[in-house]
Order: sequence, then structure tokens, then C-alpha cells
Amino acid sequence: MQTQADPRSAAAAALRNPLGLLAELTHRCPLGCPYCSNPLELDRRADELDTATWARVFREAAGLGVLQVHLSGGEPAARRDLVDITAAARDAGLYTNLITSGVGVTAKSLGALADAGLDHVQISIQDSEAKSADHIAGYDGAYVRKRALAAEVVALKLPLTANIVIHRANIERIDALVTMALDMGAARVEIAHVQYYGWALRNRAALMPTREQVERAVGRVEALREQHHGRIVIDAVVPDYYARFPKPCVGGWGRRSLNVTPSGRVLPCHAAESIPGLEFWSVKDHSLRDIWESSPSFNAFRGTAFLPEPCRSCDRREIDFGGCRCQAFAITGDTKATDPVCHLSPHHHLVEEQAALREDVPYVYRRG
Amino acid sequence: MNETATTPIAPDARPRLPRGVRLVHNESQGGWVLLAPERVFKADAIAAEIVKRCTGEATFDAIVDDLATTFKAPPERVRADAAALLRGLADKKLLEL
Repeated sequence: MQTQADPRSAAAAALRNPLGLLAELTHRCPLGCPYCSNPLELDRRADELDTATWARVFREAAGLGVLQVHLSGGEPAARRDLVDITAAARDAGLYTNLITSGVGVTAKSLGALADAGLDHVQISIQDSEAKSADHIAGYDGAYVRKRALAAEVVALKLPLTANIVIHRANIERIDALVTMALDMGAARVEIAHVQYYGWALRNRAALMPTREQVERAVGRVEALREQHHGRIVIDAVVPDYYARFPKPCVGGWGRRSLNVTPSGRVLPCHAAESIPGLEFWSVKDHSLRDIWESSPSFNAFRGTAFLPEPCRSCDRREIDFGGCRCQAFAITGDTKATDPVCHLSPHHHLVEEQAALREDVPYVYRRG
Repeated sequence: MNETATTPIAPDARPRLPRGVRLVHNESQGGWVLLAPERVFKADAIAAEIVKRCTGEATFDAIVDDLATTFKAPPERVRADAAALLRGLADKKLLEL
């Protein structure tokens, strides 16, 4: 068996079938995490897609080859029809993954979700120390509620992933965080270093760790993987400001996944609206296939033909696709530039300079 | 060092996919795929035949016999291949032994 995530296997493939759909059911959320991946401009409740439209989107996604749907937000449980939405995704034949803050899902609603066929639960948890965790989330009592929900998930024998976003306030506690995930009964833990878009970009100086901290954290993850092999799967999202090469963001633009916003706009990645001038189509006006194949935004950066040097002549261009378009724009102002995280980028010094701007200022909490 | 990769599978183990891991056939993705939390694994025909039999009912011995008979293959070779596959899956938390 091999993972389909290997980007080299599809080197020159023009148009593939997407594998995953990120369904942002709502932007509403009780938490205020300063690295929230939602855009600064949040969709309003009144504009959210209804249950029937989501059910149609799931059927269209399955028809397009999508295998997994990630029910996300905001906090998906802020939707009263979450159980119906989950059932609709299963009815469409999709693997259903609930991505929750853990605040808002009750034991009762979790039971109903399990009965509706939910396949997997991912709970975000901000730190291994309650006080710090609640401070990061901007919500008193969040930590205790998350641990309680995790226990319910395990009691129902649903598989559990703990998602832990790593930044300066918790990066020294990698060991304690993995121990916490084991105590929670998680079969999988994501050690996800902050990616600087949206709210995280706004809070970058307050969140950014030092290079030494990042190197220690990466070393600890390696050691813990070895130590807990077979007990828990540790997946890491790399801290890319200190990387040598960029990440193949969303596995390549318009290549593996789609993101549907609460109001129905379909994006190649959740941060794509930060790029000006892109035209996003909505599921209210077009089928998902039409959007995947023909919408201007999905075709804007598909493949590698748009890439300038140093990517154009680089052996890695079919591995990382020039990195992240949103990051290229955010840092260089040019959407087609090589992701400046790459040490070969002529703009790499900007990343180094910005990583050095660390300041202990209060978080700007995401609210909306 | 981890030793799990070489640990043999007990003859009376009854391997099964845990909740949240499903083997499905999908034409658009080119055949059998194993769906798991946040992950998708492409399964070749042989892997699919092995995993299909991991129902929690059949013992590992019975699975090996069934595969050897169905595909007219040497049982010891089947045992080694199936054990390597299932051990790898178990290490990734994709199988319960």
C-alpha cells in the first residue's frame, strides 16, 4: 500500500479527481484563538448554506471522486442541523470527519452523530495546562470541556485525533502535549505549528517561536514518534518560516481538495480569499464539477506553468508546486512568486526578517 | 529501535478494522482505497483481498488458509506477506489485532 499523498506520483497530471472536501459549515465559534484559520472577514449566519444545499454539495463531491469530507467551521456544532448534515455526507458515501473545538458538542449530540455514521472526531486543544489553554482559546473552562468531550468520543469507540497548534506559548511542552493526547485516548495527534495567514498573520509577532525553540520541538517530535511507535500516530505540520523548502500547500493548487465556505463559495484552499483579483464561484450558481474544472480561481495556479525562476528550472517543482500562493502574496505582494519560505527565493530574507519580529504583546482574539 | 515491525502475528488473532477505518472501492480514484482519519491509502488488489478478510471473525490462520486456497499460493509465502501488511497497518493504528 502506498499513500496517495505522494505528490511525485502525479507529476504532470493535468486534472485529477479531488480527494477531500473541507466543509466550513459556519464561521461562528465560541473560541477566539489568535491563530484561527478563518478569514478576518467572516461569513454571516444569515448567509449560511441550508441543510439541503450541503446535502447536494456532498452528492456532487462524491460524484467528483471525493472520498473524505471534513466538517469544520468555526465550530460546526453551532449549526443545529449538524446531525442531518453528517447523515447527508454519509448517505453520499463520504468518510466523515468532525473538526471541533469541543465546545458546543454535548454527549447527547455526539451520540446522535455517531448513530448518523460519523467516522472520526478531531478535537483542538490549546495546551496541556488548563490555564494557558483557556487563555489561548480566549474562553474560560474550554480545556475542561474539551477533555470531557474527548472522554465521550473514546467511550463511543470513535477514533479521536487531538489537534494541537504550536506557537511560542506552548512550544516548550511538546512532551507534555503528546502525553496529554495519550491520556485522552487519541490514536493520533497533530503537532501543527502555526501557519501565518489570516488571524495568525495579524498575531504573528506574539505567536512566533525562535529558531532554537522550533529545532528543539522538531527533535522532540522525532524522539516521541520512536518512543510511542504503535501507540499513537504523531503527525506534524512543519513550521515553515524556518524551513528550507516550502510546503506543497493543499497538495497543489486545485489538485487534491476543495474548500466550501459557510455561504457557498468554493476555494482551492481556506485562505485563498486573501489573494486579490481571484474570481470564486458559488455552489449556489454552479455544480461542484463545473467549479472544479472551469472556475477561474481553480485554474489560476493549477500545475506549474505559471511559476517563475527559481522554481521553473527546479527539480522540486512537481513536489512542492512552488509552495503556497497565499504566502507568496502575503510576503512578496506577487501571487506567482516562489514561496519566500524557500531558501532559494530571492525574497527569502523577508521571511527571516519577519520571523525575527517577536514581541510579547496581547493576542488580538478572533471575534465575530 | 522499535520491535513491532518484526513481531509475528498470533495464529488465533482476529484482525479487524477499527471504527473509522473503511475499505472502499472507488472508480474515480482508481480502485480500492483504505479510508482512515485524515488519511487515504491506495490498496492494490492483493492488499485489498487481505484487508477484506479482516472482519474480526476469522483468525489469522484462517485468513492465510483462505488466501492460499483462493489464490493457489504457497501458505508460508502468504503468511509472511499478510503478516507484514497487517503489522504495518496495526502500527499506523489502522488495524486491531
